[in-house]
Amino acid sequence: MKELNTICIMCPMGCPLKIVGDGEKVEVSGNTCKRGEIYGKEELLHPSRVITSLVILEDGSVASCKSSSPVPKERIADVVDAISHISAPKTTKAGDVLLKDALGLGVDIIATGVSPKSGLN
Amino acid sequence: MTELFYDVVVIGGGPAGMAAALAAREKGAKTLILERDVRLGGILNQCIHQGFGLHYFSQEMTGPEYAKRFSDAVAQTDIEVRLEAMALGLGEDRTVSVLSPSRGLEKIRAGAVVLAMGCRERTAGAIMLPGTRPAGIYTAGMAQKLCNVSGYLVGKEVVILGSGDIGLIMARRMTTEGAKVKLVLELMPYSSGLKRNIVQCLEDYDIPIKYSHTITRVVGSPRITGLYYAPVKDRKPILEQEQYVSCDALLLSVGLIPENDLLNGLDIEMSPVTGGATVDERRMTTIDGVFSCGNVLHVHDLVDNVSREAEIAGAAAADFAMGKLAERGKQYAVVAEGDVRYALPQRIHEGGVQKLFFRVGRVVKNCRLVVESGGKTLLSKKYMVLAPGEMGSVDIDASALEGDIKVRLEI
Ligand SMILES: Cc1cc2nc3c(=O)[nH]c(=O)nc-3n(C[C@H](O)[C@H](O)[C@H](O)COP(=O)(O)OP(=O)(O)OC[C@H]3O[C@@H](n4cnc5c(N)ncnc54)[C@H](O)[C@@H]3O)c2cc1C
Ligand code: SF4
Repeated sequence: MKELNTICIMCPMGCPLKIVGDGEKVEVSGNTCKRGEIYGKEELLHPSRVITSLVILEDGSVASCKSSSPVPKERIADVVDAISHISAPKTTKAGDVLLKDALGLGVDIIATGVSPKSGLN
Repeated sequence: MTELFYDVVVIGGGPAGMAAALAAREKGAKTLILERDVRLGGILNQCIHQGFGLHYFSQEMTGPEYAKRFSDAVAQTDIEVRLEAMALGLGEDRTVSVLSPSRGLEKIRAGAVVLAMGCRERTAGAIMLPGTRPAGIYTAGMAQKLCNVSGYLVGKEVVILGSGDIGLIMARRMTTEGAKVKLVLELMPYSSGLKRNIVQCLEDYDIPIKYSHTITRVVGSPRITGLYYAPVKDRKPILEQEQYVSCDALLLSVGLIPENDLLNGLDIEMSPVTGGATVDERRMTTIDGVFSCGNVLHVHDLVDNVSREAEIAGAAAADFAMGKLAERGKQYAVVAEGDVRYALPQRIHEGGVQKLFFRVGRVVKNCRLVVESGGKTLLSKKYMVLAPGEMGSVDIDASALEGDIKVRLEI
């Protein structure tokens, strides 16, 4: 049995949710509508997030990046660590794949933008 | 000094400025964007998180990606973009003085001007933060820029004051980059940020937030070493319950101020509530041919709304510049009452269906938003909840108005 207390983020109401259950049967309480129930179940069983982070390019400029799809929550730290080990050329541009199939999770790490080198870096 | 002329001059090259310029160009106006930064995109360049564009593009993307959609579109047109170009002055005759390293000081005459300068953050001075002024205190947006654009982490043990979205987003960013975010303090009993950010930026990382708490003293020299904080009652800290937390950085996420310094000294009506100019439904200010949109008009939480609002302003600016701004019906004032903190535009000309933006002053549950003109009810819409952190919008039928438009809540 897993239990989770959180807030529903599907609308501004922000109902406090209590979600209890396992793979077979999940009970959601505190929700006002069906959307809260669906969200709650997903949050208990398969919570996942898109990760965004940075990669410092060879010339010191900074590229922002994201995972191509949501990563299971318990693997976020590992993926962030994998991103920190990426080295990428200074010709990197938005849309480039920086890391394919990160940790075998089936998600790519993609550059979302590159900041011009400033006086600071 | 050289003098130039454009139909539409857009001041600011963030999402508002780019969308306004594109809409103006679409109407055939010769258009110029002035941007003081080295690139277009505004605040979006540093918002590397996901959460933009769900409404406008029906696709969720990061800030830089959203900005790129627009900057690529601008590059496809003959819109002129001047970077590192800071607008220093604006005259009521719509002349703009601009300073840039490559061209020095210039005066540009404009058929119409669109203000799209965005916001700046309130600082430690602006909120009269008690204690000394050591190093290590940053506005959340500054810390965000240093992190996401320059690759610098401003501290290892962080406290955040204020639960605005930038603060919440930075709590997650700093954690992901290896810092420990010890605490978020919020003066109000609720967050001014989006729910999604409370869950995904704080709860996901077990970062505690204390509502109705504030900082009583900052300590450390030359760098911050910690701070005292206490619960707040009737807007006063209860000093007997003061506690200490050590930290090497303090981030402030205590609100945004529309960056309207350009308007100082002009005979233009400003709203004391939004901090922006007052506008009609075309986003024209009380100076003919001067339009305003995006965060410089009122603080938006969703960039999608910024883009849409800017398109209205840009199109109307082009029409004005080319003498095509259509005659409108009679003008009425839009007045926010009670728990409705403001409604925008502040003036509406009779005619058609029009969109009203509004914000409430406190969290209100199970209420109705009522919009009236004279004695006539234009709209009565039920809400399960309205919160100050989330701007609302409604469409009203303004084709037959009977008097000033009043926007209020019925509880
Ligand atoms: C940290 C943070 C997180 C956010 N998260 C989200 C989110 O998840 N989803 C979402 O939809 N929205 C989000 N927003 C809101 C959204 O990004 C903003 O509402 C939007 O960027 C405002 O656009 P703007 O063009 O009005 O202002 P800005 O982006 O601030 O652009 C203004 C531009 O004008 C320039 N400028 C100012 N003065 C002058 C001058 N005198 N001369 C020349 N140029 C000048 C500035 O350099 C800047 O480039 C977030 C905002 C912030 C700050
Ligand atoms: S449960 Fe329904 S009403 Fe409550 S926050 Fe979620 S979507 Fe909104």
